[in-house]
Amino acid sequence: MKSAALSITDLTVDYPLADGSVITAVSGVNLEVAPGEIHALVGESGAGKTTIGNALMGLLQAPGRVAKGRIEIGGKPVDIRTGRTEGIVQGKDVGAIFQDPMTSLNPLFTVESQLGETMRHHLGLSRAEARQRSLELLRAVGIPEPERRLKSYPHQLSGGQRQRVVIAAALCCDPKLIIADEPTTALDVSVQAQILKLIRGLADERGVGILLVTHNMGVVAEVADRVTIMLKGQVVESGPVAQVLGAPQHPYAKALIGAVPRVDVKLPRLPVPAQESPGTAAAREQVRARMGGGDEAKAGVLSVDNLVVEYGTRGGLFGGGSRVFRAVKGVSFTVEPGEIFGLVGESGCGKTTVANTIAGLAKPTSGSVTLGGLPIGAKQGGLARKVLQMVFQDPYSALNPRLRVATAIAEPIAFYHLAATKVEAAEDAALLLEAVGLDRAAGARFPHAFSGGQRQRIAIARALAPRPRFLVCDEPTSSLDVSVQAQILNLLKDLRDLAGLSILFISHDLAVVRQMCDRIAVMKSGEIVEQAPTEELFAAPSHPYTRELLSLVPSLDKIAREPAPLGGAVG
Amino acid sequence: MSLAAPKLPATRRRRLQMPVSVMIGLAVVVLMLAVALLAPWIAPTDPTNVASFDLMSAELPPAFMPDGDPAHWLGTDNQGRDLFSAILYGMRVSIAIGGGAVLVAASLGVVLGLLAGYFGGWVDIVIMRVGDVILSLPTILLALLVSGIARAVFPEAGTAQWAPVILIGAIAIHEWVQYARTVRAATMVEASKDYVRAARVIGLPPLHIMVRHILPNVMSPVMVIATINLAAAVLTEATLSFLGVGMPPTYPSLGTLIRIGNEFVFSGIWWIAVFPAVTLVVLVLAVNVVGDWLRDRFNPKLKGR
Amino acid sequence: MIASIGSRLGQAVLVMLAVTAIAFVMFRYVGDPVAMMSREDASPAEKAELRASLGLDRPAIVQYGEFLGRTLKGDLGISFRNQRPVVDLLAERLPATLELVIVATILSLAVGVPVGVYCALKPDGALTRAIQTISLVGISMPTFVTGIGLILIFAVTLRWLPSFGRGDVVQIGGWSTGFLTRSGWASLLLPSITLALYQLTLIMRLVRAEMIDVLSSDYIRFAKARGLPPRYINFRLALRNALMPVVTVTGLQIGSLIAFAIVTETVFQWPGMGLLFIQAVSFADVPVMAAYLLFVGFLFVVINMVVDLTYTLIDPRLRTRRA
Repeated sequence: MKSAALSITDLTVDYPLADGSVITAVSGVNLEVAPGEIHALVGESGAGKTTIGNALMGLLQAPGRVAKGRIEIGGKPVDIRTGRTEGIVQGKDVGAIFQDPMTSLNPLFTVESQLGETMRHHLGLSRAEARQRSLELLRAVGIPEPERRLKSYPHQLSGGQRQRVVIAAALCCDPKLIIADEPTTALDVSVQAQILKLIRGLADERGVGILLVTHNMGVVAEVADRVTIMLKGQVVESGPVAQVLGAPQHPYAKALIGAVPRVDVKLPRLPVPAQESPGTAAAREQVRARMGGGDEAKAGVLSVDNLVVEYGTRGGLFGGGSRVFRAVKGVSFTVEPGEIFGLVGESGCGKTTVANTIAGLAKPTSGSVTLGGLPIGAKQGGLARKVLQMVFQDPYSALNPRLRVATAIAEPIAFYHLAATKVEAAEDAALLLEAVGLDRAAGARFPHAFSGGQRQRIAIARALAPRPRFLVCDEPTSSLDVSVQAQILNLLKDLRDLAGLSILFISHDLAVVRQMCDRIAVMKSGEIVEQAPTEELFAAPSHPYTRELLSLVPSLDKIAREPAPLGGAVG
Repeated sequence: MSLAAPKLPATRRRRLQMPVSVMIGLAVVVLMLAVALLAPWIAPTDPTNVASFDLMSAELPPAFMPDGDPAHWLGTDNQGRDLFSAILYGMRVSIAIGGGAVLVAASLGVVLGLLAGYFGGWVDIVIMRVGDVILSLPTILLALLVSGIARAVFPEAGTAQWAPVILIGAIAIHEWVQYARTVRAATMVEASKDYVRAARVIGLPPLHIMVRHILPNVMSPVMVIATINLAAAVLTEATLSFLGVGMPPTYPSLGTLIRIGNEFVFSGIWWIAVFPAVTLVVLVLAVNVVGDWLRDRFNPKLKGR
Repeated sequence: MIASIGSRLGQAVLVMLAVTAIAFVMFRYVGDPVAMMSREDASPAEKAELRASLGLDRPAIVQYGEFLGRTLKGDLGISFRNQRPVVDLLAERLPATLELVIVATILSLAVGVPVGVYCALKPDGALTRAIQTISLVGISMPTFVTGIGLILIFAVTLRWLPSFGRGDVVQIGGWSTGFLTRSGWASLLLPSITLALYQLTLIMRLVRAEMIDVLSSDYIRFAKARGLPPRYINFRLALRNALMPVVTVTGLQIGSLIAFAIVTETVFQWPGMGLLFIQAVSFADVPVMAAYLLFVGFLFVVINMVVDLTYTLIDPRLRTRRA
């Protein structure tokens, strides 16, 4: 019998600290990857999946070390104490694919040099032989015009092409095992689909064992044969993909898989336990009362009319030749009061520019944005800026690290004189914190004390503080773990129902959009190609681009899932 | 993201962990600051009072040498001025001018950097181009020119009263650019962060956003640069005084003292130059040790300057 | 690439205009040229005549234009102090300064780069710590203190090396060189070490920091994951990335070395441009000051351009951006 491509027994990785205590990042992990098999390693951030990948590549960062366990690659043992491999050569027996193709290649060397150097070192090939083989590899990974590309520098390639070069470099000595750490996370859906297909092909045609580290369940369902789910450094469930994803046994695995938004069917709420503080329900009632009052309660329809946004690239003081880039080319849509309107598209399609323009962060070249027929933030005759607020993608940069949470939330309340006194403003801030499911005492702390999901709740509370009628959410959950994402999505739905907010929801994730939105517009290259009610769009997409996008989304739908139960322990 | 090691709580512990060398450096800085501040009470004589000079006891060696006088334990200079007192007062002058220059440069640089970084456009272009031109001349040359021109235009410029002002201006005119560049870059980074964008969406006015949101977040590199810059400013002042365009001999800084001593080095009267030089180097070294640590500790990206 | 060179040229012209403007203002308004150039007992009429003959009664912008024209022709005026053309004075002193600066640059690169690389590769070694400590002392030592120290040790106490002057020089065309005589080299040694020391520490610290940065980059991690030998990764790959900014800094350093040479030349009585300048400053000899400023400004601009061009040649990202 052929030996396994990778076999890990009882692996434990420690990070000893200066004060003598030890953080155990990975403990007692067993894992096996057969030749030609794709084994997915999944888990949320901090689960230890990347640490395992780094341990295998000998790239653990100091002071991390393998405390115990046994690793065999292609039947040959790795000396875990030194991290050195007996008879195993990094790059020759194990190949690696990193997450970000933009930084994995050295910007100063050509593709040929970076592919060839590995083969010349490990296989002793001459320059000409290495060149010949590099050409073959580039063809194998599907790069057009390989002869020309050999002479290219990394910056001349697109992200997808770079990732292909990285894969070629990992392949160049015919390794038995490839460790792919989030290989498609930095790529667009369409490129992701191609790269996944390529990786699947490598396993099938070359018999390489692949350890695929990822957080994306859709990717797992799409390409992997087996899957191991990790939680806090330990394996909670492992087995064939269909079995684990279709009928998970462990409560955490059940909850994790349940939290993945489905593309196939719209659920009223995502099946995760709501995170609420004791005062949440009462606080929400009070918030509803406050937001419902006032003259601006009926803000009306948001109307985006033939919006064009151009960016000028200035050629410098003496450079001359400025060029204009048209990011948004005449986009029109309306959002009804209380509606959640989705805007989807791949990176660079202009969806974020639309959001920025509506929020007043970018200036339109032509066209208009009005709310209930009035411009927003205009000097005269318009609505105050506060009627429209925004929730951003990255919860880590969305809060000022030097301001206490309550201060940050109270700032707009004081600025717009929405409370008579400082004490009342502070009380308003505390109510908002409770309304988004946090404790009111949280206000006394600084943002660094909170997790990503909690920060996003705070950011939402701050957006609600000036009592807006409209919320623009720009990828509000794409940097969050899947279970946290589900909670935030539920929260946004609750708030819409509570205060009658309208929401413009921007995302690249079709499954999320399906769960959230009433209507959807699909953007491509600065234009809206299709606009329809959600169910209609998913049931019968009319534009070819929409159909292509839908077909490319890696999703769990291939695997029959039991209806996920509400509740369960999500970490 | 995925390449990072697990987040270790070690960072907070490291903040408190100060290497012995840095503790010594900090102690020396504090000690020298205190001595400089208290010089009039500590020094045995007043080195700026010509009446206290005694030409009869000029060029006395330090007290530990055969001909030394216990009353002047570091010896005397060519005017019969007690060297120990002169060094204490000189340190006071050097630190005051260095600190003044840092204060002026940092204030100017922070304000201009904030404006350039937040508004961009022509404000940015004008401020940064002026900075480019200034940086295209080395500190020492620019400082020499400023004090040279000041002397030619304004005869009083070399006096004890005006020389410090000229020196502070001559040093700060070059150094503000560094603050402005750093603050501009940091401001651009912060301004593109979502918390600043959120403040703009809320409708807060630019001045409020700059002062309340951005400024506190760009100050830590400024503090680091200011520390390192204090060392550089003290050195520049010393160099100018050494070259004869700084503090006058009647109110000497450490650089002036070394300039005086330099004329006697060849005749074997080494102490007039060496003691002030050692003081200067110890002062600058101590500040640098602390500054270096601060830089590595708080701002690993600010390296290599 | 043409556009970027064009923009660079534009910037260089801007800097030169600024520098000439400063020089002109100095020339024209700092001190009174008439008072400086006429006899002390000259009558007001004589002075007015001199003023008119010098063109000082015309509008400032016209005078600036004429000043620019004269500068371009190489006429930088007459020294107030010794009544000789300033250009001649500078030309006499140029070789001494340039030889000093070139030797110091080579010295600082030859020592700074390898030591910096060593410190980056062995960050916890005892030698590295020692070097780090010494380097901190190095940047804390003002040039003139280093110079005085070296003189005290090697000239006054040990009497091995001369403490001032250039030694014997040989004239080759208009260039006087100290490279061809024994005493020339002996005289060059202490000043060039003095001048190089500060720059050496800067370069060393820069190389170390850059190298550490590059070694932790993704592409070096990827190279490690491909199992390339450490020696190859460190010296063939990482060093090349790390040296890119060193090119810029070295270019700028040459400029500031020329300025720092003022101090070194004063300490060692080295007959270069810096000594000329510092004497001009103390005698308020404005034409010499202005000319020196112009010359250094020009040199700076040229060096900056050369650095930028070198950069576009060695960095493929710049080289092929518009290809």
